[in-house]
Amino acid sequence: MTTTPKRDAATDLAQQFAEYVPSLEARDIVAIRPSYGLVIDGEERPAEGGATFPTIEPATGAHLADVAEASPADVDAAVAAARRAYEGTWRDMPGRRRAKLIFRLARLLQDRTRELAVLESIDGGKPIRESRDIDVPLSAAHLFYHAGWADKLEYAVPGMTARPLGVVGQIIPWNFPLLMAAWKIAPALACGNTVVLKPAETTPLTALLLAELIDEAGFPPGVVNVVTGAGATGAALAGHPGLDKVAFTGSTGVGRSIRRQLAGTGRRLTLELGGKGAHVVFDDAALDQAVEGIVDGIFFNQGHVCCAGSRLLAQEGIADELLERLRRRIELLRVGEPLDKNTDVGAINSAAQLERIRVFVDEAAADGCRIDQPSRPLPERGFFFPPTIVSGLGGAERIAREEVFGPVLAVQTFRTEAEAVAKANATRYGLSAGVWTEKGSRILWISQRLQAGVVWANTFNKFDPASPFGGVRESGHGREGGRQGLQEYLHTTPVAA
Amino acid sequence: MSDRGGDRLAVRKTYKLFIGGAFPRSESGRTFPVRAPDGALLAHVAAASRKDARDAVRAARGAQGAWAGRTAYNRGQILYRIAEVLEGRAAQLADELAAVGVDAGAARADVEAAVDAAVWWAGFADKLDQLVGAVNPVAGPFLNLSTPIPVGVCALACPDGGGVAGVLGLVLPAIMAGNSAVAVAGGPAALVTSTLGEVVATSDVPGGVVNLLTGDGGALLPWLADHEDVDLIELSGAPDGMHADLEERAAGNLKRVARTGGAETVGTAAAFCEIRTVWHPARI
Repeated sequence: MTTTPKRDAATDLAQQFAEYVPSLEARDIVAIRPSYGLVIDGEERPAEGGATFPTIEPATGAHLADVAEASPADVDAAVAAARRAYEGTWRDMPGRRRAKLIFRLARLLQDRTRELAVLESIDGGKPIRESRDIDVPLSAAHLFYHAGWADKLEYAVPGMTARPLGVVGQIIPWNFPLLMAAWKIAPALACGNTVVLKPAETTPLTALLLAELIDEAGFPPGVVNVVTGAGATGAALAGHPGLDKVAFTGSTGVGRSIRRQLAGTGRRLTLELGGKGAHVVFDDAALDQAVEGIVDGIFFNQGHVCCAGSRLLAQEGIADELLERLRRRIELLRVGEPLDKNTDVGAINSAAQLERIRVFVDEAAADGCRIDQPSRPLPERGFFFPPTIVSGLGGAERIAREEVFGPVLAVQTFRTEAEAVAKANATRYGLSAGVWTEKGSRILWISQRLQAGVVWANTFNKFDPASPFGGVRESGHGREGGRQGLQEYLHTTPVAA
Repeated sequence: MSDRGGDRLAVRKTYKLFIGGAFPRSESGRTFPVRAPDGALLAHVAAASRKDARDAVRAARGAQGAWAGRTAYNRGQILYRIAEVLEGRAAQLADELAAVGVDAGAARADVEAAVDAAVWWAGFADKLDQLVGAVNPVAGPFLNLSTPIPVGVCALACPDGGGVAGVLGLVLPAIMAGNSAVAVAGGPAALVTSTLGEVVATSDVPGGVVNLLTGDGGALLPWLADHEDVDLIELSGAPDGMHADLEERAAGNLKRVARTGGAETVGTAAAFCEIRTVWHPARI
């Protein structure tokens, strides 16, 4: 009598992965040009002296295109174009007309979603599932929402007459290139401001395609200008005396230096900076739901998310069980080709960022923390880092307090609500937090005590143009989205009696 | 033999009602003639009966819950689609107004105002809660949240001479807020009202959310004011002299009475809403 060896679940799983056939989104919907210029006054032009920088595909390390690197003189030209457009057309254009143009732009984004999603994943490395289902539709939604405000500004602040600020310099990061562009330009334009936008140097391509759509929609030239470049271009823009406002999303360090740059100028400033968001999981939480929320909260977009739930605070009664489930769950995450529709975790945005993440995790290991990572190998080329859970923390480690901006979850435990609040607030940041419990009053009690601009309860990483987003403390100031976000782009005076 | 000669004979449209997403004639079999200023017959337009009004209310009730359950963003997108489709029909609608004697410039202005109203209300759908609702600072450890909710089925008395903007001016804010509508318009607006059904039907508005009745408002409105399953009656276009009677009839089931005139304001939006307040403890 013969017996077949018993197959366990892990063997089955290994088998499945061995036989895996990727489901690749076609790249040919996007035509990437060999080079891109700046967009100033509705026209594409090379940078002064022809300076360029390369943009790289993070999944392969391959060179995608050369992009113009704006000099201070180019930034000058862009600010001047924005000023002319502001005074010449945009400021005095009836709100209904501005609304129609922004609605058109929202529709054009919806028409080109597939192309934008593929380009975003190629240039930035994020999984196509995310760029297709989140980045692009949410970008269109932001434009749609704010289009609807352009002709209703008298309702923006009750009792106040609202006027635009003027010319706005907007500097955006590489983690959500198109979405951050939409978050920035939509309220600015709806309120009657003109824009000089600086995309991040590693991810300029979707912002440049957006500029084409802005032109197609029929916006007057100069209303949105795009100056590509790195830190020097950003500094030239942030400090430009021709601006009435600066809006920056990026690191707390750069945000602080912009704050210094603008000191005493009277120019308006909003900052959306780093974070070290904590999930607080109570022992009555629905654990399966919490596991999914925690996984999404930290591994969404490779953890390149300012509001990522990069810390987990688990109540002692369920901590072991929760950690075990999380370790099993990350084994199932598929890390790899961003254009594969099944990919959960894509490529780290750049070699430099990959190195920063490595240093954090190596340091934690040296400190004696436990490091859990999936057993499967990573792709051989490109910039990849496995989903990582760091446990056994004391709380003083750098990884427990500082922003990693990568797929790394730092785990601690707590006993009481008060201890949870104290630990959650034990960073200099204050962007997001997650609360997991079946008890509504506990959600509200702890929400009122968490130092965070956004608290998600029994969910995480939810975004909507109608919902104000932004941080407290060193996560920045100002809100994006909702009625409150609109006010960041308006000058208001009391309605004359 | 085919009609491919120079003087092709036009195919005339039958002007029907719009109920539950379909285009029925009146169940009564009645029509009324709409004529050009020179007396030439333009069309026999369906004259809605009491039974048609009841059918329209039933369709509106059936569609309202799911419509209110859509996100505000989705309703806004659909209202914007109405603007897009309406823009494409602008010439036809202006012609239908001009045919009954409206000055060509005024006809075009009327249609353009209706398109712009659709854009305005499309952009209002996801502002409604923020402008009409509130978090209330009650003196205790509670979250206290007031949000606007739709009233339900709205009967709308559109002005007979109001053209496209007159009809849509009431329909748009009503459905923006998640209500379903039974709109009544007659007289010279009858042709465009019937055509508006075709606009609504091709704009992703679910069947039954908007129902359009052409005919004698003076006869239809009392029936709707009496109807137990109508939650609100908008009297902006009701004939002078009928208001007191209609309000008295509305008292039967305490239906809300509104007179917004279709103004593009937060006040109009609020007139099509109730407020629901939720209390939740916030202390452990």
